Amino acid sequence: MLTAEAPLPAPVRAEILALAAREPHPRGAGVAALRLVQARFGWVSTAHLREVAGLLGMSADDLDGIATYFNLLFRRPVGRHVIMLCDSVSCWIMGRGPLCAHLCRTLGIKPGETTADNAITLLPTVCIGHCDHAPAMLVDDTLHGDVDTATLDRLIDTLRDTP
Amino acid sequence: MTPPTERPLTAMIDPAAGPPDCAAYERAGGWQATRNALGRLAPAGIIDMVTRSKLRGRGGAGFGTGQKWSFVPKEPAADRRKYLIANADEMEPGTFKDRLLLEGNPLQLIEGMILAAYGVQAGHGVIFLRGEYHLACARLHHAIGEAREKGWLGENILGSGFSFDIRVHSSAGRYICGEETALLTALEGRRATPRSKPPFPQTGGLWGAPSVVNNVETLCNLPHIITNGPEWFAGLGLGEDGGTKIYGVSGRVVKPGAWELPIGTPLRQIIEDHAGGMRPGYRLRALLPGGASTAFLDATAIDVAMDYGSVEKAGSRLGTGMAIILDDRTCPIGMIRNLEHFFAQESCGWCTPCRDGLPWVERLLDAIENGSGQEEDMDQLGRHARMLGAPGRTFCAHAPGAMAPLASGLKLFAADFAAHIQQGRCPQQPGA
Ligand SMILES: Cc1cc2nc3c(=O)[nH]c(=O)nc-3n(C[C@H](O)[C@H](O)[C@H](O)COP(=O)(O)O)c2cc1C
Ligand code: SF4
Ligand code: FES
Repeated sequence: MLTAEAPLPAPVRAEILALAAREPHPRGAGVAALRLVQARFGWVSTAHLREVAGLLGMSADDLDGIATYFNLLFRRPVGRHVIMLCDSVSCWIMGRGPLCAHLCRTLGIKPGETTADNAITLLPTVCIGHCDHAPAMLVDDTLHGDVDTATLDRLIDTLRDTP
Repeated sequence: MTPPTERPLTAMIDPAAGPPDCAAYERAGGWQATRNALGRLAPAGIIDMVTRSKLRGRGGAGFGTGQKWSFVPKEPAADRRKYLIANADEMEPGTFKDRLLLEGNPLQLIEGMILAAYGVQAGHGVIFLRGEYHLACARLHHAIGEAREKGWLGENILGSGFSFDIRVHSSAGRYICGEETALLTALEGRRATPRSKPPFPQTGGLWGAPSVVNNVETLCNLPHIITNGPEWFAGLGLGEDGGTKIYGVSGRVVKPGAWELPIGTPLRQIIEDHAGGMRPGYRLRALLPGGASTAFLDATAIDVAMDYGSVEKAGSRLGTGMAIILDDRTCPIGMIRNLEHFFAQESCGWCTPCRDGLPWVERLLDAIENGSGQEEDMDQLGRHARMLGAPGRTFCAHAPGAMAPLASGLKLFAADFAAHIQQGRCPQQPGA
């Protein structure tokens, strides 16, 4: 079981130092380093944030200013899977509102929350460049288009069963 | 010899087959421009060709590409650190053209970057990619690796003495990073706040070094301009501008999608011939011609030619060239509220009028759409549209962009606003 406590595994620390070394200033690797930690642990804990800041020669608050700035960096734990349902204009026109309501009902959560079994976190996202197949969503790293309630129901079943 | 294609940007794109590798790319005419240019043409000659091609930036502002490059200090790449940056942040709602180019033919972008970098003599390339484009990210990494292995990137390319390499920066999701100075700030590991100009990026950009930021689509045109000549490229356009443009349509049309067409193609042709017209039961009410930050045009403007000058004359902007359709059964106030929610959320927070003004606009629109709007709210919205809409009142173009659909919508949908306030409810189901 991966824990969000410091210290980071040695290979992750080494990779962060390598990212920093190719920048004119180590802080240029800030986003890349945080993404690396998140890819491994699902989110960026305060302990990890402090450790990354130390590796980059930044204060923890300075790096937290970056971490909290970006939509895709999570400073709280998320479920095993993250559904990001587009809430921008073309998807809104094509009915993302009722779909979001359906998801919330089915999962028993509101946007920004995680299901009790820790399987799924539901988040809104801005336009993901799939507007010709609106309504669109990202499920983890995979893009889905022309989403309807039937595809959502199937998807939720699959996600609950996959680790 | 077969004449060059009239759809240069998408000729090699086949979603079913995936992107071409180096060999397939070369068989279809790729790398020809790099062979012609590196060590054979003077860098100034490249800039001159691009200027004569009438290529204008496809990122939204439409600045002449050759002219933009002409401000970069002329030292050879080996003597001065300079950057060439591809803006692949594509986050403008309604816009999905750069993703098509990134996923469909990443080598075309890489070759475009090599040519641009040679022209401005930049040794360092960066692709600033939005974090949500996972497939594009994987394909770019793969293509860069292959190009490096085959000697198209790296030291002394083709024995020309010119060295150039590219790395991908995967961002983490903020619209403002697409603004070119905010993008530079983000690359330096800070909150992506725009910078004041001067210094312009061309003289003082990334880490203080001369830097050029160009949109993905802009860069993808370069191999074709160099291979087939600037006059050929200029001749592809139907009006003043040169080349083709990736146009797109989303909303309630029969076939939403994106198509490469001559720049200056009439909007009617794009919507009716390519997007198949409106879905049965829906009428075209109005549209945003080039993404969320362009002003509404009403249905009577549908014959406008989609080039920079014509769309401006019609009262909007070409923007990204990706149109969003408002149909007669969708509430225009609901649509504007959705847009302003986006802009309020994505404000970087640096300057007060934008940081505090946009959420206020969103709350006013919320109230009107939900039926609790008052007459005075209209004055307040009009004031915001005027105050935030004028360039120069806010630190960057984010707030004026946000006000474009609002200011135009207040005029175009005055009766809808009045009906909401008088009836105390939305007469149409939002997003029904
Ligand atoms: C708020 C804001 C967001 C922008 N987002 C993008 C973007 O995602 N992609 C892009 O290419 N240009 C974007 N731009 C325009 C860039 O600032 C810049 O003009 C462009 O990248 C220059 O490239 P071009 O000359 O090739 O068009 C944005 C501008 C603003 C004000
Ligand atoms: S206008 Fe908005 S986005 Fe631009 S600098 Fe000001 S607060 Fe930031
Ligand atoms: S508006 Fe949802 S993908 Fe573009």
